[in-house]
Amino acid sequence: MAQVPTALVVPPLSRRGFLQSSVRVSAGLVIAMYLPGCGKPGNVAGGSGPAKQVVANAWLRIGTDGTITVLCDRSEMGQGVHTALPTLIAEELGVAPESVTVQVAPTDAVYVNSLLGTQATGGSTSVRDAWEKLRMAGAEARARLVAVAAKEWGAPPASCSVADGYVTFTTRRKSFGELAEAAAALPKPENVQLLDKGEFKYIGKPQRRLDTAAKVDGSARFGIDMRLPGMLYAALAQSPELGGKVGSFDDAKAKGMPGVRHVVQTASGVAVIADSWWQAKQARDALSIKWQPGPNARLDNAAIYAGLKSAAASGKGRVARDDGDADGGLKAASKRVESVYELPMLAHATMEPQNCTVEFKDGACHVHAPTQAQQFAQAAAMAAAGLPAEQVFVHTTFLGGGYGRRLDVDFIPAAVECAKAAGAPVKLLWTREDDTSHDKYRPPARNTCRAGLDAQGKLTAFKLQLVAPSITARWAPAAVKDSVDPFAIEAAHNFPYAQNVHIDYVRHEIGIDVGYWRSVSHALNCFTVESFVDEVAVEAGKDPYQFRREHLKQARWQAVLDAVAQKARWGNAPEGRHQGIALMSGYDTYLAQVAEISVQGTQLKIHRIVCVVDCGQMVNPDIVRAQAEGGIVFGLTAALHGDIAIAGGKVREQNFNDYRLLRINEVPQIDVYLLDSDEKPGGMGEPTVALVAPAVCNAIYAATRKRLRALPIAKQGFDL
Amino acid sequence: MVQLTINGKPSEVEVAEDTPLLWVLRDTLGLTGTKYGCGMALCGACTVHVDGAPIRSCITPVSAVSGKTVTTIEGLSADRSHPVQRAWLEIDVPQCGYCQSGQIMSAAALLAGNRSPSDADIDVAMAGNICRCGTYPRIRKAIHRAAELAGKEG
Repeated sequence: MAQVPTALVVPPLSRRGFLQSSVRVSAGLVIAMYLPGCGKPGNVAGGSGPAKQVVANAWLRIGTDGTITVLCDRSEMGQGVHTALPTLIAEELGVAPESVTVQVAPTDAVYVNSLLGTQATGGSTSVRDAWEKLRMAGAEARARLVAVAAKEWGAPPASCSVADGYVTFTTRRKSFGELAEAAAALPKPENVQLLDKGEFKYIGKPQRRLDTAAKVDGSARFGIDMRLPGMLYAALAQSPELGGKVGSFDDAKAKGMPGVRHVVQTASGVAVIADSWWQAKQARDALSIKWQPGPNARLDNAAIYAGLKSAAASGKGRVARDDGDADGGLKAASKRVESVYELPMLAHATMEPQNCTVEFKDGACHVHAPTQAQQFAQAAAMAAAGLPAEQVFVHTTFLGGGYGRRLDVDFIPAAVECAKAAGAPVKLLWTREDDTSHDKYRPPARNTCRAGLDAQGKLTAFKLQLVAPSITARWAPAAVKDSVDPFAIEAAHNFPYAQNVHIDYVRHEIGIDVGYWRSVSHALNCFTVESFVDEVAVEAGKDPYQFRREHLKQARWQAVLDAVAQKARWGNAPEGRHQGIALMSGYDTYLAQVAEISVQGTQLKIHRIVCVVDCGQMVNPDIVRAQAEGGIVFGLTAALHGDIAIAGGKVREQNFNDYRLLRINEVPQIDVYLLDSDEKPGGMGEPTVALVAPAVCNAIYAATRKRLRALPIAKQGFDL
Repeated sequence: MVQLTINGKPSEVEVAEDTPLLWVLRDTLGLTGTKYGCGMALCGACTVHVDGAPIRSCITPVSAVSGKTVTTIEGLSADRSHPVQRAWLEIDVPQCGYCQSGQIMSAAALLAGNRSPSDADIDVAMAGNICRCGTYPRIRKAIHRAAELAGKEG
């Protein structure tokens, strides 16, 4: 089944920050410690003086005044971790999520995401990684607080209850604040029990997001909003040819422009540092730079897709799955179907362009960045600053969109170089054009499918060859086992419809970096597989829903498929409209979508997308719903318009005029249905993205008998 | 020297007259709620009100608003009490939140001139504001809700 590979990366870890004086115990919790500068336990006696923050564990501090602070170790980029993760702790602690203060965790080994092997936010892993870990952090703290109160009262701990910041026994009660210090001094509690699902007050119920208030009054601080005393602003010129380098440059004009303080050659280009960003940007545009275009000077889309095609023909793939006898199944088939699908490169287009603010202070380098990968950011800054981990601190801001873009840290080193050269804090900000044209693009792919049908229209075999460059080979090379990038085979290697299945993965590099793009290869492979299954259903003379239904063996796949057919009234579309269906499992989540469209001549209109989701237990169903809705818009944007084209090593698209994102007037009705489940949580940041293109293209086939085997739809003869 | 009234407060800024208002707000005045997205009036993240009308501050030279009244997200209300902000809170519209200052300013301008906008009115007024997270269904719902909230006050 589709699983995010565990322990992808094992980078050198640092133990610093507020944890530096702490005692680490086997479970990774930190107990009985006091924050630097907060005094020693003895000083608190009598309750006079300011409240102290007692560190209950790496994620939780309880103040002697009863305030509860949760440290969130995942980056908030819209997916709701600053609400969902605190909710897990608050639930076990018996307090309302909105009563806790959320702080961003520093970089530390204790915060490593066990599903990614590094402290990073991606792969729709946050809740899956935190589900037991953070509830246990809350439950252990609860057990300590209860133990202290019970002992004082001579009461059995099991008879004490916890609610709203108090431990209660019969008529007695004590606040968490009163108990915090003694609780933290206790040894690690044994046999801590997590609450049963039936006892949840907050988990599984829609709760307001904890970050909305700051996002409706302009006070939310994104990376781009960093302001430090004496801070200067930088704009960076990068080679228009991807992979190119600075040959020589003339900065005479730029240096004479208002506000310009420094012109700095960095490893990635030439930066202008000025009193304001607008001045820096104007002067950057006035630089005269001779670039050495490097190895990609003649790279273009035609060469990229020709390369993928010849790699496909070479057949030098690695086996990603081999079940039953696919060749035998094909041979025995009474009918064979074969198709090739091609997928374009895509940019992430986060609304907040890449940026980073760096300050050198007291011998340390402070990096303020909207990053999804704290330890990678730290490593990048260490290299650029020439400082060890102990002297490099990453402070994560809110992210103005992530979508995988900020798992890369290419925007960090130049900011460090600038701050170092300027001897002052520097905020380096890319322009939109920089951002669009220097992304780590979603890999292009060329995928070949083969299937066999018997006389009854049943699948006898499925063979798939995936050809694409590898992201993971660059990002986490140790995770690429036997030359198979585990992220490249997502939503393909769990093909659910046949017993005889053979999948090959051919890694073919294209000369430029590719990156993780929301739903990663689920999007590539779900388009491939679900479009092809539709083709096979047509060849079998079957209804696309019924064909899938007949071939599914597992209940969770069947349940979402049946539910979407029912909710979308499959087969009963309104007059003039046509439906397409798609199914997927990824991130431990099961989903199905139906797109409802109409076509008049070449004019395509998307009327409605119905999505059914089984993501196991939900922490916050309203955030799940929001992610489903947003993911569908994201997927529809890509399906209709997404395309990055390279010519002469340069990216053609620059801004939102030529890299189109859907607008409110272009978004169809979206109906999301969430199924109840007792299963463990599945990821929800990404999966709905992947089903949109196949569902829409299958609907286009239903309407026109035209099968789209390449994207975007806007370039396949349709007007939108 | 350019004289402006920002969120009710007169201020003078020493910047080149062709500096876009966006950068004066963000870098000179520290009003970072207004966001940079594209620099070409394509995305609406930089939307502020000038004499009540929504404009894209990324392409508006500061000299063009000399002597005029500028309202940014920070000045829409002192306490998130504007009906649009209340509706946004009630419906939990934002995801990453980056575009939302611009969305809210566009929505507030729409409602100021149209107490009960239709879906078509919303399409026209809001098509200039991109949300990459795809919060559009909630933006639409929240604008209708804000109209109700404002109506009750009205």
